[in-house]
Amino acid sequence: MSKNQTAFQERVDKSLNDDFLRKALVAAQEKLRNGKKEQSEILGNWENWRKRAEQIRQHTIENLDSYLEQFALNAEKQGAKVFFATDKTEAVEYIKSLAIQKKAKSIVKSKSMVSEEIHLNQALESAGIEVVETDLGEYIIQLAKETPSHIIVPAIHKTKEQVAELFSKVAGEELPADPQELAKFARKVLREKFLQADIGVSGANFAVAESGSIVLFSNEGNARLTTTLPKTHVVTMGMERIVPNWEALDSLLSLLPRSATGQKITSYVTGVTGPKRVGDVDGPEEMHIVIIDNGRLKILGTEYQDILHCIRCGACLNHCPVYRHIGGHAYGSVYPGPIGSVLTPLLNGLDEWKELPYASSLCGACSETCPVGIPLDNYLVKLRRDVVETGRASKLEKIAFQAFGFATGNPSFYKLGVNMADSALKPFAKGERYLVKAPFVLKNWTKVKDLPMPPKLSFRQWWAKEGEKQDGR
Amino acid sequence: MKASLFITCVADVMYAHVGESAVKVLRSLGVELDFPKDQTCCGQPGYNSGYFAETKRSAKQMIKTFQDSEYVIFMSGSCAAMIRETYLDLLKDEPEWLDRAHQLAEKTYEFSEFLVKVLKKTDLGAKLNARATYHHSCHMTRHLQVTEEPISLLANVQGLDFVEIPYKGDCCGFGGTFSIKMPEISEAMVHEKTEHVRETAADILVGSDMACLMNIKGRLNRNGQDVRVMHVAEVLAEGCGLI
Repeated sequence: MSKNQTAFQERVDKSLNDDFLRKALVAAQEKLRNGKKEQSEILGNWENWRKRAEQIRQHTIENLDSYLEQFALNAEKQGAKVFFATDKTEAVEYIKSLAIQKKAKSIVKSKSMVSEEIHLNQALESAGIEVVETDLGEYIIQLAKETPSHIIVPAIHKTKEQVAELFSKVAGEELPADPQELAKFARKVLREKFLQADIGVSGANFAVAESGSIVLFSNEGNARLTTTLPKTHVVTMGMERIVPNWEALDSLLSLLPRSATGQKITSYVTGVTGPKRVGDVDGPEEMHIVIIDNGRLKILGTEYQDILHCIRCGACLNHCPVYRHIGGHAYGSVYPGPIGSVLTPLLNGLDEWKELPYASSLCGACSETCPVGIPLDNYLVKLRRDVVETGRASKLEKIAFQAFGFATGNPSFYKLGVNMADSALKPFAKGERYLVKAPFVLKNWTKVKDLPMPPKLSFRQWWAKEGEKQDGR
Repeated sequence: MKASLFITCVADVMYAHVGESAVKVLRSLGVELDFPKDQTCCGQPGYNSGYFAETKRSAKQMIKTFQDSEYVIFMSGSCAAMIRETYLDLLKDEPEWLDRAHQLAEKTYEFSEFLVKVLKKTDLGAKLNARATYHHSCHMTRHLQVTEEPISLLANVQGLDFVEIPYKGDCCGFGGTFSIKMPEISEAMVHEKTEHVRETAADILVGSDMACLMNIKGRLNRNGQDVRVMHVAEVLAEGCGLI
């Protein structure tokens, strides 16, 4: 086993042995799945909405260059500064230099997955700047020194007792494990941080090309404070976050919260167009928009292009039976679940991430639930093909499947195999109808469940002996 | 009516009884059935593991084997989906084979689907006294999009006390080589499935994909749960006294 494989296996084992995590994940999935189901039924014509959203995303991604240009021009017209970062280093360096130039001591952040992707917090902290996550879930995992285990519900794996323990350390006194009280405490602490912060960093759910605006969906009001209180507002956005216009946004707004958390709409939908203008009473003096490529551009024009349709709703995580049992951290990537298993190897290469495409039973629940029609399970298979065709699969596996290809293409050999199965397994059956300890690759099967013994006659033997002549007519 | 049977690799090796049952049910409905002996495997294990070149050999063998058939009846929803959906993608760069793949796809039917859509039969007059639930396999549901046909056949079996399984859309954890490659995750999934079977208090778990049923049955046994697994064809054959 390779180092990465071993590490992946260890993370999976750890999750599977964490009874609390297992229960929390099942309960959270239950709530999120039911919420989506209920809200999509209330909305009605879900498949039509979905088709429309898919068309919007497809059109946007196919014309990404011109929409990005339009967005950047319009944002600049509104007074924002736009920076295109080809990779995480460029993005981080731009933001870090800006922070140093502004002599920033403290930065508040609202939730942004792309900032996780570029490891922004670590870079800023190493420059001696305090970074405070202000989304409640993100705040919790920041205190725990962890990473998000879900793209929408980052602290899905934490209990209220664990949160109370983390918050008590900050408070310097023991806080009760009461969600209301804990939220109240966080609100008090974070309010101070908002007022002190020199820079606010947000993500962008969408960026509207026709007006140069960024749009944020949030539930806690922290995004509003992050984008209005500090003197400088920095937006980090993946380059595929673009929508052509507000009308297109409306369609996606109808799908994202419903798919993500089963909400008709999030508590706040914030459009930000440029920094503070003359006559405005509040708002940042400067707005910087960092548009991040970091591996996305190379996906354009490939068979995987549709992965750029993703609107980061997390529905595929909520419907994935694998995520249900292992949670987000087991994947080891910034983006977990089916979307992460496809996106991570595409962005960062198969060398480090070739285990992820196999972390799926290919049940297709992800593709079925995806509101923008990304063929996730199909992509997982194609990534496996890439593993094989770039020589990354094990030799043994390769030999086995070459034999498979040969046998299935040659009926006489195939027949031999079918008819021999019974005698090949017989020595291991000890006269029983089920094997509890099978040999070779099958031992992984019998480790956790029984394997039936093949009957004496295969179907084709039965057919030759009896079936064919039983035709009564 | 003439039709050919595609038994599937799993049923050929492990569940000859499923094939026998299908043969008897189909013949009782007047189908003139043949079993082209050059059939092998649809290639799904290779495809799902990323061995596309090898899978093309399986696909071409399937296409050749059934080229003269009027209908091809599949004893697995997943394999039928492989023909109807995957072959068309797999062979898209080989126009001649793609054309032949389309011809096969058009005459491909899953067993229950064939009974209901082609033979227009939902009530075979079967009788079976048991409490039963049904496992909706993933590819049959999501790719083949055949969900109601087996249920309507079971609904007409007299004496069958049918109860829907909770979380009917959740995967059983088989996933082909997934169950061997990631046995621990697969175990967690199949265990949850057996708990849902337990909740139904069913004596029989019916399905249309023997690979899934083999997976679930393996765990049911390991748990000490006494539940019989049956293909729809077996329920009908037994219920009609054909076997």
